[in-house]
Amino acid sequence: MSSTLQGAEALQTTAAPEPKRRRRLDGGNGGTNWWLTALIAVCSLTVLLPLYFTIVTALKGPDQLGGTGFELPAEIRWQNFADAYQLTNFPRALLNTALITVGAVVLTLFTNSLVAYAIARNMHRKFFRALYFYFLAAIFVPFPIIMLPVVKETALLGLDTPVGLVLLYTVYGLSFNIFIFTAYIKSIPIELEEAARMDGASTWGVFWKIVFPLLAPMNATVGILTCVWAWNDFLLPLVILSDPSARTLPLAQFIFQGQFNTNYTVAFASYLMALAPLLVVYLIAQKWVVSGVMRGSTK
Amino acid sequence: MTATAPPPAPATKTRTRGSAAAAPSPRRNKEGRTPGAFYWMVVPAVVIFFGLHTIPVITGMFFSLTNYAGYGTWNFVGLSNYFNLFRDDRVIASYLFTFGFAVVSTIAVNVISLAIALGLNARIKFRTAFRGIFFIPYVLAILIIGYVFNYLFANSFPAILQAVGFDGANILADPQWAWVGIVITTVWQACAFNVILYLAGLQTIPGELYEAAGIDGASSWRQFRSITFPLIGAYFTINMVLSFKSFLQVFDQIVALTAGGPGTSTESIALVIFRGGFQGGEYGYQMANAVMYLAVIIVVSFIQLRFLQRREASF
Repeated sequence: MSSTLQGAEALQTTAAPEPKRRRRLDGGNGGTNWWLTALIAVCSLTVLLPLYFTIVTALKGPDQLGGTGFELPAEIRWQNFADAYQLTNFPRALLNTALITVGAVVLTLFTNSLVAYAIARNMHRKFFRALYFYFLAAIFVPFPIIMLPVVKETALLGLDTPVGLVLLYTVYGLSFNIFIFTAYIKSIPIELEEAARMDGASTWGVFWKIVFPLLAPMNATVGILTCVWAWNDFLLPLVILSDPSARTLPLAQFIFQGQFNTNYTVAFASYLMALAPLLVVYLIAQKWVVSGVMRGSTK
Repeated sequence: MTATAPPPAPATKTRTRGSAAAAPSPRRNKEGRTPGAFYWMVVPAVVIFFGLHTIPVITGMFFSLTNYAGYGTWNFVGLSNYFNLFRDDRVIASYLFTFGFAVVSTIAVNVISLAIALGLNARIKFRTAFRGIFFIPYVLAILIIGYVFNYLFANSFPAILQAVGFDGANILADPQWAWVGIVITTVWQACAFNVILYLAGLQTIPGELYEAAGIDGASSWRQFRSITFPLIGAYFTINMVLSFKSFLQVFDQIVALTAGGPGTSTESIALVIFRGGFQGGEYGYQMANAVMYLAVIIVVSFIQLRFLQRREASF
């Protein structure tokens, strides 16, 4: 998997050294546009400043608040993190979120690609074609119309748990993922599968041994999208989860607003701790994440 | 697809389906029929999808015709929930707010994202690093970003404004202007994803086009209008439709920023459905609201697609 990915990534992200692949906007062979670089740098501050603000506020004591809030902390108060850790039961929320996210990503990758494969290879048959449009139509259904009934239904079926959430993410992501996967599967030459079938492989064997590995780039894309969605989602855990100990990270921030109310520095420490895991993962795997998302949009 | 056809397996007694044989299929199948495995791949998923997605939609539509409170008994009330929606100021206000918010946010997000993507696609230094920075907000939960911006709007911005001599006030506490704070927060977060989408689109444009245009003496603006924009038209259409649709579902950032306030001035449709349905004992009534909302989203999406596609074609 990783070798294919790196290959795809190299294709996407190599910049200057490649002789003349795609000339950038202002064409010609002029040098760097420094004015534009400066402008982009200033624009990037709008992204960085709120993050900087979150970090410095989380490090301050309550008495250092006031003013614009952008000042550096006079004295660093690590206690904020300890307080937030205790107050929101951080390890539990982190574990819940991580388990739900991993579960959703794994189940989504294995099932959604399978469904998309069956549909993509049988689009000429009425049944599969109808299914394709059925799933596609579901993209237009907004969540609020499902919200009230699905809460009753999951409570009835005993799915008002993290397991139920994993299932819901897998099911609600299906529409869009089929859309992404089928477009990609159609570009895989069918001859490969036919050759395997001649050698006696079953349809399942063909999928797992041949198609699924070839889907690696799209699996990365779908995995990233699902991961970010499940990790950060607020509304679905809010309405589905009934057990307080099953709380996810965003949900914990919401629940503890009352306790935070007067204590902003602890609140910001808690926000930072909730934002940090995915942010760190992103910073480490940045190139890979960006190219993964880009790939999803240029089918 | 055009490779030599494998010989039909004679041994298998294929129950060749009439349709499959008659219609020349784009994908050949050795046996001439669908292996049963393909059905096993989709049927369980379809059943679960139907159960957790379509059944809720159908039961929701059913209860929209009742006076169900979310508990206890209920009676059919016909279409009266729907008629009442049009007389409910709170519901009407939430539709107006949500659409106004979605229109402004969609335009702002797409214009800003396209501009940043153009900048990132040009000859600038540290392109990869900047791209990485602009994409950061995508991985951050909008709810938590909302709490951070809530504090910024309430404390920091008024302090900064006062320092430079303006009358600084918390924008979120002003019924008239609170929506601007929600738009700013939304744009901050949503641009990240759209920048990447536009960047992906821009990279599909062959550089030779710009070289040719440059030789012909076309200005940058002219190049944008005549080359860039028409060629990424498909991306523009899709992004406009998708972002508008997602902004119509706005919920998280409102909870974090204003909780629908001051008063009910920033209540979105999703928030009204959530509150009325879960806390207000208006299950049936809010389901009617949700069905109306679904109808509106479908109509708007189709109008948007048709309108934007025609524009694209006329370039």
